Amino acid sequence: MALATAAKTTSTDFGPAVALSCRECGTRFDLGPNFACSECFGPLEIAYEFAPVTRESIAAGPANIWRYRSLLPVPANVLDKPNMAPGWTKLVKADRLARELGLRSLHVKDDSGNPTHSFKDRVVAIAVEAARNFGFHTLSCSSTGNLAGAVTAAAARAGLDACVFIPANLEEAKIVMASVFGGQVVGIDGNYDDVSRFCSELIGDEMGEKWGFVNVNLRPYYAEGSKTLAYEIAEQLGWRLPDQIVIPIASGSQLTKIDKGFGELIKLGLVEDKPYKVFGAQAAGCSPVSAAYRAGHDVIQPVKPDTIAKSLAIGNPADGPYVLDIARRTGGAVEDVTDAQVVDAMRLLARTEGIFAETAGGVVVGVLRKLVENGVLDPEAETVVLNTGDGLKTLDAVSDGARPTAVIRPTLDDFRAAVAG
Amino acid sequence: MSVSVRIPTILRTYTGGSADVSGEGATLREVLQKLDADYPGIGARILDESGKLRRFVNVYVGDEDVRFAEGLDTATPSGAQISVIPAVAGGA
Repeated sequence: MALATAAKTTSTDFGPAVALSCRECGTRFDLGPNFACSECFGPLEIAYEFAPVTRESIAAGPANIWRYRSLLPVPANVLDKPNMAPGWTKLVKADRLARELGLRSLHVKDDSGNPTHSFKDRVVAIAVEAARNFGFHTLSCSSTGNLAGAVTAAAARAGLDACVFIPANLEEAKIVMASVFGGQVVGIDGNYDDVSRFCSELIGDEMGEKWGFVNVNLRPYYAEGSKTLAYEIAEQLGWRLPDQIVIPIASGSQLTKIDKGFGELIKLGLVEDKPYKVFGAQAAGCSPVSAAYRAGHDVIQPVKPDTIAKSLAIGNPADGPYVLDIARRTGGAVEDVTDAQVVDAMRLLARTEGIFAETAGGVVVGVLRKLVENGVLDPEAETVVLNTGDGLKTLDAVSDGARPTAVIRPTLDDFRAAVAG
Repeated sequence: MSVSVRIPTILRTYTGGSADVSGEGATLREVLQKLDADYPGIGARILDESGKLRRFVNVYVGDEDVRFAEGLDTATPSGAQISVIPAVAGGA
């Protein structure tokens, strides 16, 4: 196909990645800074030719995502370059939360432990390598908050310029976090979908030349970073897939890539081939995917988001149709919870496990609880849930009920009176 | 009913590299028909075999995503700015 012959650059090194392939129509393209199929607009994905890999060769790698570099679109010498080296976050055995919810076995994959306190460091690390490969000088993105900070931090570490775009009404902590690393942080008067649209237009303009938009023209590379969540969960469980997993849905890319990662581990013989169920979690105030799931649709009707879970507030989720496919194929489901349930779940996770999740984590735990209560999730099966960000970035959500229980003078009498009261 | 249509990078092979072209029509459907007459083949990239908007294309008339409006029947008043944008962007 003539359209598939974009100029090939011979100096690039993407390790095991060999091509871009359209997820919709299968047309293949040379590896380049492209994200949509010129035949059908479908999303482009990385196609690989993996060399043999063993559990031992992975375990010999560093305690970060680069232990899986032979399964990612990055050069073998990625370890030698300055980058955030994210990943290998804790898989917390959540017995107290499990008991509270009536589950036999539950783990929380706590990705708030990444360098900028969200899972976004994983995807950005891959995008930085792509930006280097393509000779871009500026790293950019549209962000619901966490990504902006991950991009400006990674750009600072790598010595790239940064210019990120966010909805102007984001949580204060996320704006501060994005700004402190330098670079330009541009607030856009609108919601995330407006920001995303703006970036898609900017990329076609000469102002955006030589810019790597991690989640636009570098999206096929960037998105692969979420596979490392699947790899780590399996390895940390002792090279085993969980029976059930609950994943938050914003654009839906993370969920689809975790499913892809599990599939690759099976194909490579690194884990036993067994069924697993994938559950998606949304906030009721931005639930286009769970609405489509409930209605039995395979397309998404976009919505205007209105929820405290701002990191998930994408009203027109690009990978929504694939989330529906995966939930149905694996026997999972997509569910949503109200903002009040999100806050309750944040407090539940905090008081049972000592994990202060951001609102997205509250969405996941809230949906977990709802799925158990509705009998959709099997309480006897091994379950993993994701916390993708840090509660310190969404303090407003819980600050009403999180105050000193007493303020007293430093006397024993005052304290006695306070605890008695 | 002259309107302006912003063409995404991946479709500029059809417009000789132009990022913005002028169009005509009272509705989005008519604008796309005229666009395909001016730049043969471009219509089939935006619409599928049954004539519906492809699921990974977003089209805006002004600031409005046409999926929130009347879809292909969305009115395109004179002077409107129409943007065709790949849907596969953003998030993670």
